[in-house]
Amino acid sequence: MTTSSTPLSKADDEPVLRVTDLRISAVGIELVHGVDLTLLPGERVGIIGASGSGKTLTCMAIAGLLSGGLTASGSIRMSRVAGELVGARESVIAKIRGLRTGMVFQEPMTALNPTMRIGAQVAEVMWHHKKHRRAAARRLAVELLESTGLPDPERIAKAYPHQLSGGQRQRVVLAIALANRPDLLICDEPTTALDVTVQAKVLALINERVSDEGAALLFISHDLAVVAQVCDRVLVMYEGSVVESGDVLTVLTDPQHHHTKSLLRDTELTGGVGA
Amino acid sequence: MAWQLLRRCLIFLISTAVASFLIFWIIDSDCGPARSALGIGGTEESVQALCTQMGLKRPLIVQYWEWITHAATGDFGVSYISRRAIGPQIFDQLSVTLWLVLGAIVVALVVALPLGMASALRHGKVSGNILAAISQIGIAIPAFVAALLLVLVFAVRLRWLPANGYVVPASDPAEFLRHMILPWLSLGLVQGAVLARYVRSAVLDELGQDYLRTARAKGLTPLQALRRHGLRNASIPVLTVIGVQLVTVLVGAVIIERIFTIPGIGKGLADAAQGQDLLTVQGMVLTLVVAALMISFLVDVLYNVIDPRLRQGAGR
Amino acid sequence: MSAPATRTPPKPKRRPLSPLVIFGLVVVLFIVLMALVSFFWTPFTPIYTDLKNRSVGPFTGGHWLGTDRTGRDIATRLMLGARTTLYVGIVAVGIAAIIGTPLGILAGMVRPGASEFIMRTNDILLAFPALLIALILAAKYGGSITTAMIAIGVASIPGFIRVIRSGTLQVMSTDYVKAARVAGRRGPAIAVRHVLPNVAGLVIVQASSAYAIAILAEAALSFLGLGAPPSVSSWGRMLYEGQSTMTTDPLVSVWPGVAIALAVLGFNLLGDGLRDRYDPRMAGSR
Repeated sequence: MTTSSTPLSKADDEPVLRVTDLRISAVGIELVHGVDLTLLPGERVGIIGASGSGKTLTCMAIAGLLSGGLTASGSIRMSRVAGELVGARESVIAKIRGLRTGMVFQEPMTALNPTMRIGAQVAEVMWHHKKHRRAAARRLAVELLESTGLPDPERIAKAYPHQLSGGQRQRVVLAIALANRPDLLICDEPTTALDVTVQAKVLALINERVSDEGAALLFISHDLAVVAQVCDRVLVMYEGSVVESGDVLTVLTDPQHHHTKSLLRDTELTGGVGA
Repeated sequence: MAWQLLRRCLIFLISTAVASFLIFWIIDSDCGPARSALGIGGTEESVQALCTQMGLKRPLIVQYWEWITHAATGDFGVSYISRRAIGPQIFDQLSVTLWLVLGAIVVALVVALPLGMASALRHGKVSGNILAAISQIGIAIPAFVAALLLVLVFAVRLRWLPANGYVVPASDPAEFLRHMILPWLSLGLVQGAVLARYVRSAVLDELGQDYLRTARAKGLTPLQALRRHGLRNASIPVLTVIGVQLVTVLVGAVIIERIFTIPGIGKGLADAAQGQDLLTVQGMVLTLVVAALMISFLVDVLYNVIDPRLRQGAGR
Repeated sequence: MSAPATRTPPKPKRRPLSPLVIFGLVVVLFIVLMALVSFFWTPFTPIYTDLKNRSVGPFTGGHWLGTDRTGRDIATRLMLGARTTLYVGIVAVGIAAIIGTPLGILAGMVRPGASEFIMRTNDILLAFPALLIALILAAKYGGSITTAMIAIGVASIPGFIRVIRSGTLQVMSTDYVKAARVAGRRGPAIAVRHVLPNVAGLVIVQASSAYAIAILAEAALSFLGLGAPPSVSSWGRMLYEGQSTMTTDPLVSVWPGVAIALAVLGFNLLGDGLRDRYDPRMAGSR
């Protein structure tokens, strides 16, 4: 596929995200060795691997949230964004985060500001990007909370994070991530820290909302079973490199790389896909 | 929430009662006021006679009750040594000290907030370490050393500002400010350095928090995230420190008032102590202690207002 | 970040001493040295007044740092002042430690209700800074070094109680102590055998912080004329006397001021270093 210089056309098959030869280093040591990744609109791709495989670093680089001591090289480009995202200025990337991309991280208990009401936190992402005025954003926030399956959204909007359970907080985080109808939702282990009973519900919610919005999904996890439920394609990372990739069914039923095989062994999948 | 408020109020009142009784007991036991009124020349008989005359032989609790009920209405009695009514004297001096303390706190905040935040944001870099070192040095300089240095430079050598004196703000605001600049700086700069350290610590703690990452995921720049989310949370530990610092500031005010001959309650207290004017000391100390307890009470309340997790039993 | 230890916690790896801590140690040792030497030798005798060389600058007439208004050698008075400073500090901090440590341990070992009561009382004591107590005592008994020491000592007690109680609570929650209690050990035995050794480090840390505060307090009191009498050399007193010659001979005030600041800095840095060594968990982020 040839790359266009200024991707401003609204072609439907233009990739939402194109990552080419992404490398991440810290203090001269390379931690991620050349990741290539392309996401078409509405596509769902998972990245699996053990901790330390570089999957979270890759995710943070794509989000533009790499911490200070890390440097990235290579190319990350988004549709309808002129210019390279690797090494771009904070002011440029900040305009994309929360608007074109949404993020859900692993730990819901600490993800929200403890001294701010839920409704205000959800509303903020909308008026910050000037999509709505503050009053309208507040009203929309309540609707958003409802769309994530939270009961009595009015009450929740007035509540503080410490009054919500982990599962509820993760729903709030999802609401924030999808508030501005982004083209790409990035999830980094969103259900790992939740109770087993709640995991399935939140996963189903992510599935549903992503379908509704027609957004692309980048889903990071160490758990193959979880990825299998949500993604069409999967990349397997091991020690900083992508060792295997393909559509989910194929990788699961006919794994090539030894690491993929060991990951399969570690999951709760028994026989066929789908649980 | 209201129940907690009531509880704190109660604690405040009980603390005041205990503290005031302690003050009274130390000062008035063993015919204290009588001895100091007669001074060195007093013989034991004359002391005892005066003691009975002053009503100091009555049971301590009775005397205390009389004193505290009068004090609550502002009547602190008349000094045996200066022959002046103590209440009005305290009131006049207190208002002067209030000007001094408030100005010093403003200076302290103006110094501490930017300094603390900047050194936290630049943590690990050279500029951050330099800033941290500045506040470390500032902490070691006692207020009166700072005062003397400032007077030396600005009043003696450069002659820009007066070395001492006080002008009532109502009569000449410009002169009032001119006379207060050095005192404010002496008290405030040092407090600012101490506070900066806590601000830095609090901000550093917040910078590592997950919710700031969520804020950045929303599209906020690091500075925006800190301003809109981090600062409010960081202010919680800083607030407690300010409460404690207020006591130090009050103490520092005693010295500063002496150096700059500002007629505040600090100077009044020091003079009264030197003159062994026990009744005056009693009234003034009570005022200061009650002020300190009240500040601690207010900080507690403010704490609850800012951090919603503390209101009623937080459901986790 | 930390789980209760199953046995006494392993000693943290010895980090190299930061240059700041070393600086603090050097300063403190220098002051101690000054004070000790002053018992045997000073450049001039303390009461000697060099009438020919009054208010002179440094290095004049054999006076390293000059003389004050009455001709007394400043260097000598600084050395003697070091004695006073250290003496007051030791007694005051000693009082605070001896009374505060057992009370702190007690507060950490009794039932939560009683513990809360002790802490509330402690809060009341906190409303009485050293200066205030000293002023009260000075008003009643006349200002002297003794009143200064008692006042500073009493005012430092709440700090000790708070810190020691905190440390005691941590020790009490270790499995080691819980096992001892199950085995039937009584309170006093546990206090002496387990709590005290583990809390000793905290006592030292608090002592050095309290020392720095004591130095400031003594200087402040002497400066107000409520501490050391004229016959005793004290840095605070020197500041007090230097006030009248501020315009003509400011150096007289600068030397004791610098001495005080250095001493406070030294003890503070030392305290910080000790705190990092003995209890990195309670050090807080720096």
